[in-house]
Amino acid sequence: MMRLRRSLPFRVAKGFAIFWWDFLVGDTPELFVAALAIVGIIALCRVVWRINVLALVALPVLCVLALALSVRRAQRQLRKE
Amino acid sequence: MMAVSVSSGTFVLVLAVFLASGVEMVEALTIVLAVGHTRGWRTSLYGVASALGALVVLVALVGPALVRVPLSTLHLVIGFVLLIFGMQWLRKSILRSSNLKAKHDEDEIYRATVAELASSEPRRRLDRIGFVVSFKGVFLEGLEVVIIVITLGSSAHRIGLAALAAGAAVLLVTALGVVVAKQLNRVPENALKMSVGIMLMSYGTYWTGEGLHVRWPGGDVWLLILVGIYLFATWFLVASLRRGEEALAASSSR
Repeated sequence: MMRLRRSLPFRVAKGFAIFWWDFLVGDTPELFVAALAIVGIIALCRVVWRINVLALVALPVLCVLALALSVRRAQRQLRKE
Repeated sequence: MMAVSVSSGTFVLVLAVFLASGVEMVEALTIVLAVGHTRGWRTSLYGVASALGALVVLVALVGPALVRVPLSTLHLVIGFVLLIFGMQWLRKSILRSSNLKAKHDEDEIYRATVAELASSEPRRRLDRIGFVVSFKGVFLEGLEVVIIVITLGSSAHRIGLAALAAGAAVLLVTALGVVVAKQLNRVPENALKMSVGIMLMSYGTYWTGEGLHVRWPGGDVWLLILVGIYLFATWFLVASLRRGEEALAASSSR
C-alpha cells in the first residue's frame, strides 16, 4: 500500500520526463545539441558582442546548417541499413 | 465597409496551427477508427472523451502559469521548442520526399493496429486494451496540438485565434474521417508535414531571436523571409539527396 502511494507520483514524473525527452531529443539528439549550440552562439553575438546584424544572419544560416547535417547523418545511417 | 488587415505573422500563425493540428488529428483518427472497428465504438469513444478531458485539465493547469513567465524567457523557451520540433518534422519530410524513407502510410498503421487488437482477448462492453489504445492515441497527438497552440498562440498573444485554428482543423479532420472512413491515406500527409515543418522552424527562429533580443527589421515581415529561406533550403536538400541516390543507384547497376 505504501509502495503504491509512493510510486504514483514517481510514475507520473517519469512519464512526463519521458514524454519531453522523446519530444525534444528522440531519435535526433544532434538537432537538440545543434539548437542548444545555436542559442549559445546567438546569445554571444547579441548579448555579449552586441552585433545585431551578425545574429540576424547567423540564426537562419545555422538552423539550415544543422538541418542539412542531420539529414546527411540520416542518409548515411539509412544507407548502412 | 470594414477594413480587415491581417499581418504576415497572423497569417503564418493560423496556417501553421491549422495544418499541424490537421496532421496530428489524422494520426489520432487512424487509431480511433482502428479501435472502433475492432473493439467497438463505445470503447473507442470513451477513450477519446477521456483523453480530451485529460487535455482540458492539463491546459487549465498550464495556461494560467504561462502568464507569469517573463516575456523574453517565454519567447526563448517557446522558440527553442518550436525550432527543434520544426527541424524534426522537416528532416523527416525531406527524407521521405527524397525516397530515403518510406512515406507515412495511414492504411498500413490502420492495418497494423487492427491486427494487433484483433489478436488479443475478445471484445467486452468496455474493453480495457481498446480504451488504452484509443486514449493514448488521442492524448499524445492532442498533446502535440496543445503544445503547438500554447507555444505559437502565447508568443503572438493570439492564443484564442490559435485555438480556433486548431479547433477548425480538428472539426475538418473529424468530418473527413466520417466521410472517408478508413481512407486516410488520401490526405497528402508528407506535403502537409513539410509545410508545417517550414512554418514551425520559421516561428522557432523568430521567437528564439526575440528571446535573445535580436531586432528583426520590419518586425514579423521577417517571418515570411524566414519561410522563403527554409523553403529554398528544403528544395535544395531534397534535390541534392535525390541526385546523390540516383548517382549511387547508377554506379551500383554498372
